[in-house]
Amino acid sequence: MLTTIRDLFRFSPSFRFGSLILMVVAAFVLLSAFSPYEEDRLRRKVKRNQPPSADFVFGTTSQGQDVFWSLTFAIRNTLIISGIAVFIGRGIGVSLGMISGYLGGIFDRAAQSIVESVIVVPRLPLLILIGSILRGSLTMFTLGILIGILDWAYPSKRYRAQVLSLRERDFTHTAVFSGMPSFKIVLREHLPFIIPFLLADVISGFLFSIGIEVTLSYLGLANLDSPTIGTMIYWGNYYQSIPAGRPWVMVVPMVTAILMVLGFYLMSVGLGEYLDPRKRLVRLTAHASDEADEDDPRKEKEDAWAP
Amino acid sequence: MGETKAHPMNLLRTYILPRILQWALVIFVGISATFLIPRLSPINPVDEMIGRMTAFASIDPHAVVSMRESATALFGLEGTLLEQYGRFWARLFTGDLGVSFGNFPRPVSDIIAAGLPWTIGLLSVAILISWVSGVFLGALAGYFHDRRWAQFLERFVVVVYPIPYLIIAFVLIFVFAWWLKWFPLVGGSRGQPGLTWDYISTLLYFGFLPALSLVIGSTAFRFIMAKSLTTTEIASDYVQYAELAAVPKRKIILFYVARNTMLPQVTDLALSLGALFEGALITEVLFAYPGLGFVLYNAIYNADYNIIMGITLLSIAGIATASLIIDLLYPIFDPRVRLR
Amino acid sequence: MGTIIETNNLRAYYITKAYGVERTVKAVDDITLRIQEGEVYGIAGESGCGKSTLLRILLGAYQPPLTVVGGEVIYHLDGEEMNAADMSEEQQRDLKWRTISYIPQGSMHVLNPVRRIRDTFHDFISAHRDVTKKESFQLTAEYLRDLGLPEKVMASYPHQLSGGMRQRVTIALATILWPKLIFADEPTTALDVVVQRGVIQMLKDVQQKEGSTLVLITHDIGVHANLADRIGILYAGKLVEESDTKTILENPRHPYTRFLIESLPSLDSREERLAIPGRPPALDRPPSGCRFHERCPLAKDVCKTIEPELIEIEPKHFTACHVVEEELNVAV
Repeated sequence: MLTTIRDLFRFSPSFRFGSLILMVVAAFVLLSAFSPYEEDRLRRKVKRNQPPSADFVFGTTSQGQDVFWSLTFAIRNTLIISGIAVFIGRGIGVSLGMISGYLGGIFDRAAQSIVESVIVVPRLPLLILIGSILRGSLTMFTLGILIGILDWAYPSKRYRAQVLSLRERDFTHTAVFSGMPSFKIVLREHLPFIIPFLLADVISGFLFSIGIEVTLSYLGLANLDSPTIGTMIYWGNYYQSIPAGRPWVMVVPMVTAILMVLGFYLMSVGLGEYLDPRKRLVRLTAHASDEADEDDPRKEKEDAWAP
Repeated sequence: MGETKAHPMNLLRTYILPRILQWALVIFVGISATFLIPRLSPINPVDEMIGRMTAFASIDPHAVVSMRESATALFGLEGTLLEQYGRFWARLFTGDLGVSFGNFPRPVSDIIAAGLPWTIGLLSVAILISWVSGVFLGALAGYFHDRRWAQFLERFVVVVYPIPYLIIAFVLIFVFAWWLKWFPLVGGSRGQPGLTWDYISTLLYFGFLPALSLVIGSTAFRFIMAKSLTTTEIASDYVQYAELAAVPKRKIILFYVARNTMLPQVTDLALSLGALFEGALITEVLFAYPGLGFVLYNAIYNADYNIIMGITLLSIAGIATASLIIDLLYPIFDPRVRLR
Repeated sequence: MGTIIETNNLRAYYITKAYGVERTVKAVDDITLRIQEGEVYGIAGESGCGKSTLLRILLGAYQPPLTVVGGEVIYHLDGEEMNAADMSEEQQRDLKWRTISYIPQGSMHVLNPVRRIRDTFHDFISAHRDVTKKESFQLTAEYLRDLGLPEKVMASYPHQLSGGMRQRVTIALATILWPKLIFADEPTTALDVVVQRGVIQMLKDVQQKEGSTLVLITHDIGVHANLADRIGILYAGKLVEESDTKTILENPRHPYTRFLIESLPSLDSREERLAIPGRPPALDRPPSGCRFHERCPLAKDVCKTIEPELIEIEPKHFTACHVVEEELNVAV
């Protein structure tokens, strides 16, 4: 695992760049613990509408908040919401996809039809419907759950596909013929393949959650009192900060949102390349020199003619 | 050997019927979810709504009573869950979505009907442009993957792709509407509707930025998929063989690469319509474009649940139907499905 | 009848680098060939012996990671001598299909699945000749009729044809411009025996009609016996034996060739086929000395250290084996 991350860091520019961005983001999260203001008492603490300066690195808002320290809380909260959403969404997705892939048969077919249906259904109107019914009582925690409940269909489809392809691999057949019990096959032979895939998927899961958090908050459906990237944009827009010539109030959270999604995306791209079966084999052969890779002339192993 | 005869009945049984069943299932699942969700919440939406409405403005008591009736009826909160469910469907089949609370007593279907053409227009133009340009730019960038411009294009797309629609739209507003003042801040059109250049030019002028904000994100998505499909495609035997035979590059890219990579993207378009529709809603909110998104935004502010409910139901049915149509058109593009 | 294509000490390696690990696969190592005009030259060997790689180099159809690191390929075409390395992309393109052509492995995927057969023919013909669609359709129809293929395949899509028919169509597609030099890579693999026979017959017809040169690559010695005039045996990127088909079949000298011949099913007894012990070596770390020594029952100490050279043991019969060489020296 560690060598994998080291390799990725060394040889994948996108992974390196993405993780550097996320390290900066993580530093902000840590900084929130050292904020001179309490999270719930950010308002009216400082002089309003100040441009960025030595005192206020990112300026202040119309509500008298220091944008820099608000941002540290906002990043943390947005990550908490997305983290809950990703955890729930992938939890449902992984279990359904794997059960579906391993069980097969009628269960699989029924589950697949439902998954296909859920994929097609647009989620934002549903979220808006729920959000407006629950308005006022929607906490960070419930918002995270809500997003998660609607983000499992695509992942489950991908996990099912992974399981199906693993089941067809040679080592599975070998293990089955050698009488290895199924749960052992899953644990020993398949999990090592599923876990890195899960990692890449979890990372990319943050993209959707962050986007939805920002959108729902902007529409005024989240808890507007706790700072998140989305509520910062909401209040900036509410006080007309751009036309009023205070762009920092909105530009800061928006640039942060862009950097966050970019960081997550680049990391998942790097991981995805690493997981690409073709490149993976090149790596395996490079280490073991016992497998065939794509450009290797020995690829036509199956028509070895010696009986 | 030779050609096997195609059986139209086969196509119907193995392709068309399953898709129609799937369509019915999507509508069933989506509409049932829309029915169930308000009922699962701990809050009585009718009380919540009436409370909210009367808190903001004084409303004629008769209207309140009638609103409560209407809301209770649409949310169907009397009787058992099953009875409520039956009535819910019965009302939907008659096209009755209730009345708007914000614009009482205008029917919800009226308000939605006014916004719908705008959304459909914006969405279909954006989809057409982004799909075609994504597929072809992706094919070109994948085919010429070692060229400088292709690598630059890919890097640009990788940066743009993960950015949420909301933020893309904001950036466009800041840059082109506020700063450069090239385009208006709001969407829609000016003048007398009709097939005149005067009217259509305002349509284009006011719709340009909203459409662009949608096109950027969705082209990036399509491009990434197209490029990765192309990478696989150029390693395929038939592309390699055509290259070996020195078939002109233009033909290879068009008829060998793009023609094949386009097929999975037709299917994927059907699956990603929902996301595109969501993007359109957000764009319309930000640009005050008079489509469903803007209607929805106002409904959120006015706590106009009937409209939110109506738009949710309509979008589920609409998107399911649109993806069914795309699925049914697929055999036209793929002879392996058409002639099996 | 002169030489049409020759290689001199050709070396071609796959040089890959992934996540910091470099690897060199010596797929073609020091191969010298002379292929005569009008002959059918067979190249045989197990999977992974470098035959497909050799073919790619001969065809001039390779990109990195495959790299020619030494030696040369020379074409003698249209009375000119051309070094493949010096040819421009333009010249290469000009040669393809009109002069040099290629029949790929009998697989499902050589024809574009969403294009009608006649359109694919038009793509290939019009790339080299100035023809209208109508003209190339006509040319195709005539050629298919000549080869005994039903005309209705023209309007079909590949998935509507059987495997054997697809392979025949592919052969027709490769030879429609009457090339002088045809390369065929495992043209009958993946086809069942009855269909194979038809395809072999068709290859014969095509080759004889214009007296083209056919370079045939297959692991199937049976196919070579049927078609080839001369056979070169490849092992682990090296040419280990070369002679006319009759000599190779009846009097193979290299121990590896003997295994190849003996492992053929004979007509009268189906019971015993001799398998070669072990597996072909990995070409990124080929064995020292004679590359076959690990699997060779006759191996001596010298085989482990010194690489045997290809020598002419009798007229036009070359082999690279220390044991054979010694026997020869003793006899002399």
